[in-house]
Amino acid sequence: MTTQMTAAHSTTDQGTIPSAVVLDHLTKRFGSLTAVDDIDLSIRPGEVVAFLGPNGAGKTTTVDMLLGLSLPDEGSVEVFGMSPRRAVSRGLVSSVMQTGGLLDDLTVRETVEYTSAIFASSLDVDVVLERAGIAEIAKSTVKKCSGGQKQRLRFAMALLPDPALIVLDEPTTGMDVTGRRDFWHEMRADALQGKTILFATHYLEEADEFADRVILVANGRIVADGPAHEIRSMAAAKTVSATLPLRDSEDDGIVGAVEASALPAGSKSFEDTGDTALLDILGGLAGVESVEIQGRRLKMRTTDSDAAARTLFDNACTDLEITSHSLEDAFISLTSKGA
Amino acid sequence: MTTNPTTNPTTNPTADQTATLRTDEGTTSASPNRFLESLSDRRAPRFGGFSWTLLRLELIRKMRNRRTVIFTMVMPAVFYLIFGLTNRGEMLGSTDAALYISVSLATYGAMVATTTGGAQVAVERALGWSRQLALTPLHPAAYILTKVIVSMALGAFSVIAVFVLTALTGVHAPLGTMIVCGLLVILTSSVFAAFGVMLGYLLPAENAIQLSSMALAVLSLIGGLFVPLAVWPDALQTIARFTPAYGAGEIARAPLGGGYDRWAVINVVVWLAIFVTGSAWALRRDTARV
Repeated sequence: MTTQMTAAHSTTDQGTIPSAVVLDHLTKRFGSLTAVDDIDLSIRPGEVVAFLGPNGAGKTTTVDMLLGLSLPDEGSVEVFGMSPRRAVSRGLVSSVMQTGGLLDDLTVRETVEYTSAIFASSLDVDVVLERAGIAEIAKSTVKKCSGGQKQRLRFAMALLPDPALIVLDEPTTGMDVTGRRDFWHEMRADALQGKTILFATHYLEEADEFADRVILVANGRIVADGPAHEIRSMAAAKTVSATLPLRDSEDDGIVGAVEASALPAGSKSFEDTGDTALLDILGGLAGVESVEIQGRRLKMRTTDSDAAARTLFDNACTDLEITSHSLEDAFISLTSKGA
Repeated sequence: MTTNPTTNPTTNPTADQTATLRTDEGTTSASPNRFLESLSDRRAPRFGGFSWTLLRLELIRKMRNRRTVIFTMVMPAVFYLIFGLTNRGEMLGSTDAALYISVSLATYGAMVATTTGGAQVAVERALGWSRQLALTPLHPAAYILTKVIVSMALGAFSVIAVFVLTALTGVHAPLGTMIVCGLLVILTSSVFAAFGVMLGYLLPAENAIQLSSMALAVLSLIGGLFVPLAVWPDALQTIARFTPAYGAGEIARAPLGGGYDRWAVINVVVWLAIFVTGSAWALRRDTARV
C-alpha cells in the first residue's frame, strides 16, 4: 500500500509520531451510490479539523470508516499508523454518539464504570465524571437524565481512554448556546494537550469558530481544504441579480454562463453588444466569481455585492436583488462547476 | 481532488499550516509531546475486554429489571405451587410427581432466563449500545460470553428459587440429587443461551423478546416441561423428542431415577451445535452494520 501523503508530511517534528489520520484513496459505495469517492487526506496530531458539508455529503460514512465501524470498498484508513480497529482497541480513538448508545437501567456512574472496565487503561471514573460536569448526578439512572445530561455522559465515555484522536459527528446538535460553549471549551483544552479533533458538521459557523482547518466535502469528494478563513470567504459570496435594460434589438432569450476569470470579450453567444459591454465591466470587478444571464435576468456571484450593485444601477438595470449564500448553495456551485 | 473549480481555494492539506503544534500556554499540565510519545505504550485489553466489572454490572441490570425477575424466578415458583404441590405424593412412573414437576419447571425457568438474556442483544442493538461498544475494545465474543454467563447465572437463581420452594413445601429429595439436577439444568441452559443470541441477531428488537418467549412456551409444552410427554398423541410425542426442551428436561430429570432417554444427550448436543453455528453466522452477518 503506497501512501501518497508521504511520511515526510505525515510525521511532525516529534519525529516518530505518525499522522493522526491518513486516508488513502478512500472509497465507499452503497449500491450505485458512491458515498465516499476517492478521498485522500492527512491530519497531523493536534489539529482541530472540521469536516464540513451538506447532509449526504459522505461525512458520516467517512467518520464510520475512521472509527472502524465500517470497512472501505477501496483505499485505506490509518489512524496513528494502524488500522482503526486496532487504534480503538488501544484507546487511541474515541467518539461521541449523537443519540442512543446508553442503557436506561444503569446509573450514570455505572455506565462510565462499565466503559472504563473494557479499556486496558483509562482515566479515573470520578475525574471523568467531574470533567464532564455530571459528578452530582452520578447516582441517578440514565433513564432519568435529560437530553443534555445524556450528551455529557456520552462525552464522559469518550474521554475515558484519554484518546489521542476524538472524532465527533455533528457534536453539538441539540445543545443550547452555553452547552455548545462549554463543549468547545473542553475540546480546545484537549487540543492543547496534543489531542487531535476531527468533527463533522453542516454548520459553517461552527467550523469557522472552532476549527484550524476546514475540509469541505460534497458528493463524497473533498472540494476545498484550508484554513477556516478561506472557506469563510468562499461562502461570504452573495448573489446579485437584476433585470437588464431593454435595448433596441430584442434579445431572443440567450442563455449564457460565463466564468469571471475567463470572461470572453465579445463572445459569440452574446449578440447584444450592450450586454456584452456590461458583462465586461462586471467581469472586471473585484470579487466577482460568476455572471450568468437567463432571458433578461442577470445573476452574478460576488464577494463585493456593493460594487456590483452600483455598477448595475449605473447601467440602468432594474429590480435589483442581493441574496446571501447559504453554505448549501456554495456546495452546489462548487460541485456542479467541477463536474 | 480532480474536480477543482476555478474558485476552489483548495490548498495542499499540509502546505500553509504552521508546522508545529500549538504550544502549551500553562493552562494545562500535560505536555503535548509527552502525551503523543506515550501513545506507543498503549495496549489492548486482555481477553477482548472481558472483565468481572462487566459481569457484575450486567447482573445488576438483570436484577433491576422487574419483568425479568418475575418471568424467570417468580413465575416458575408460582407454577410449582399450582401444579407441583397439588400432585404431591403422586407418582409418575417411578418418579415422585412433585419432584418431576419441580425439575421440569426449573428447566423452564433457566430456559426463559437464558433465551431472553441472549435475545437482549437485539434490544441493545436497537438502543445503539452495540455501536457504543464497537467504539471500545470489547470483542463481540467477550460481549456475548458476558451475556451468556449472566443469563445462565440468572437461570441458576431460577433453579434455586424453585428447588428451595420445593424443599420448603415438604417435598424432599437427597440434597446431592437436587444439586446434580440443578447443575444439569444450568449446563443444558447453554443451548438456550445460544438460541437467544441467535434470535437476538436475527430478529428486530420490537419482537425478539416476545417471539422468543412464545417459542419457549410452545417448546416447553410439547417438550414435556409442563405436562408429561405421555399425554400427547403418538405423532406429537415423536416430534417432541426432536425439540430442544425435551432433551434439556430429560437430562435434568435423569438423577431422579426414573430412567431417561439416551437420545436426549444427542438432542442437546446437536441443538447446541446448531444454535452456536447460527449465532456465529448471524453475528458475522451483523458486523457489517453495527
